[in-house]
Amino acid sequence: MKRDEPLTVASPLRRRIIVAGAALATTRALPLRAEPPALPSIPELDAYLAGRKPEFGRLLLDLPRLADDGNAVTMRLFMPGPFAPGMQVTSIALFSEKNPVPKMAQFDFPVAPAKVEIESRVRLAGSQRVAAIATLADGALHAATADVSVTIAACLDGS
Amino acid sequence: MRIGILLLALLAGNTFAQTPAIPASELRSGVSFGSAELRAMQSDDFANPGMLWVERGQKLWQTPVGSAGRACASCHSDASLALKGVAARYPVVNASDRRVIDLEARINACRTSQQKAPALAAESEDLLALTAFVAHQSRGMPLAVSISDSARAFFDQGRDFYYARHGQMDLSCADCHEHNWGRKLLAETISQGHPNAYPAYRLEWQSLGSLARRIRACLFGIRAQMLASDDPQLTALELFLAWRADGLPVEAPGVRR
Amino acid sequence: MAAGSRVQVPTEVRRGEPFEVKISVRHPMETGFRVDDMGKPIARNTIHEFICRYNGTPVFAANLGSGIAANPYLRFFVTALDSGELKFEWVDDAGERGDAAATLRVTG
Repeated sequence: MKRDEPLTVASPLRRRIIVAGAALATTRALPLRAEPPALPSIPELDAYLAGRKPEFGRLLLDLPRLADDGNAVTMRLFMPGPFAPGMQVTSIALFSEKNPVPKMAQFDFPVAPAKVEIESRVRLAGSQRVAAIATLADGALHAATADVSVTIAACLDGS
Repeated sequence: MRIGILLLALLAGNTFAQTPAIPASELRSGVSFGSAELRAMQSDDFANPGMLWVERGQKLWQTPVGSAGRACASCHSDASLALKGVAARYPVVNASDRRVIDLEARINACRTSQQKAPALAAESEDLLALTAFVAHQSRGMPLAVSISDSARAFFDQGRDFYYARHGQMDLSCADCHEHNWGRKLLAETISQGHPNAYPAYRLEWQSLGSLARRIRACLFGIRAQMLASDDPQLTALELFLAWRADGLPVEAPGVRR
Repeated sequence: MAAGSRVQVPTEVRRGEPFEVKISVRHPMETGFRVDDMGKPIARNTIHEFICRYNGTPVFAANLGSGIAANPYLRFFVTALDSGELKFEWVDDAGERGDAAATLRVTG
């Protein structure tokens, strides 16, 4: 009997990071994505930005392209240093395009972090684009987005 | 002559019973059907949310309860030794009342008879925690249930349930997990339906849950009559499932989607 | 709600180096959008405030919401300064507080 190959998502997020990292290492002129990054349209995100324009490319948001279940999706944030004095990351906020509460979390660094790397698990109400905004001590903003397809369970579970 | 025929019949029955439909070489734990993220969550002891219940179970194990004032540890002194391999042998037939019992029922029997404490409710945090702690002590050990002697009748009952069609969808367990494993159902890959991860943390539940709950979820999915968590038919099915997964390592607490 | 948490930090780190902190907390992170078996809405209850102090100084904080998965898990980095204690505190919408701690030895 011929069988389909099992669902092996060979860590697309890891691959994307490596690609992004390599692009950063070789030349900053290389775009990270073919298309220009666009922030999802979220009123709460617009309010948070208050008209300010974030830069793209330095903050990295890592989510699987395909999530097994929207209840717990592994999310990683990175921002490679070094940071000049007075230009360290002070906070990173996370916004969802589809969740009933669009602002998912905000992480704050009361003291300058030597390494900006955060991992957590998020809930995603359906396939969507997620946005992260990092704020630096000098007020500069850095953004990253990630598109996630959230699959739904094949069987109803009333247990 | 007549005895010979009887022997032949017995042997034939035995041969059928001792040849699982999925041969050992093709056995695949449910985790292998999951995504890379899910496998990573299970294999990293810190990322695995089920370990929160294991740690809670460890505390409960040492806490005296009931009018007897005894903790589990009062009788079973060194859990890592006393419990090693136990979960891999369950369900078993309880010697005192000849019922088939799973780990949850064993823990509750200990509570009522030895600790003189009330039984814990199915799917309660404490019962899940204790079961996860006990099962975790057998992690990595191959499933090896006994289906001989008094277990045989329960095994037969479980096998009959497995191959019978149930519910409005008119499906047997085998229709999905023996004839169609590895194939897609919407975005999911149908697994072989093994019990070695349970109690497991399911993303869908956002919690730890028992094997009985997982089976009940399947019954719901095919719109079949619900069995109570402690229905003997369900425990008999658990015995059959453990036998057909013979040799797969215990993963408890596993992580599933 | 069953209380419980797990914390992991390295036992020994070099002064000036960032080190990894992992914490997970047993909490339903109730969204407020679910109903119980009787159809009654279940009140929103998430750990909305989380703070990590290193020898008394806040070094990492998080505002979490219903967008963070049940049994929240956080991994982040703190810079090693002196031997001492990392203390974690959190509070949920029901006003229930939780805490955890870990000790650290700094060398060099």
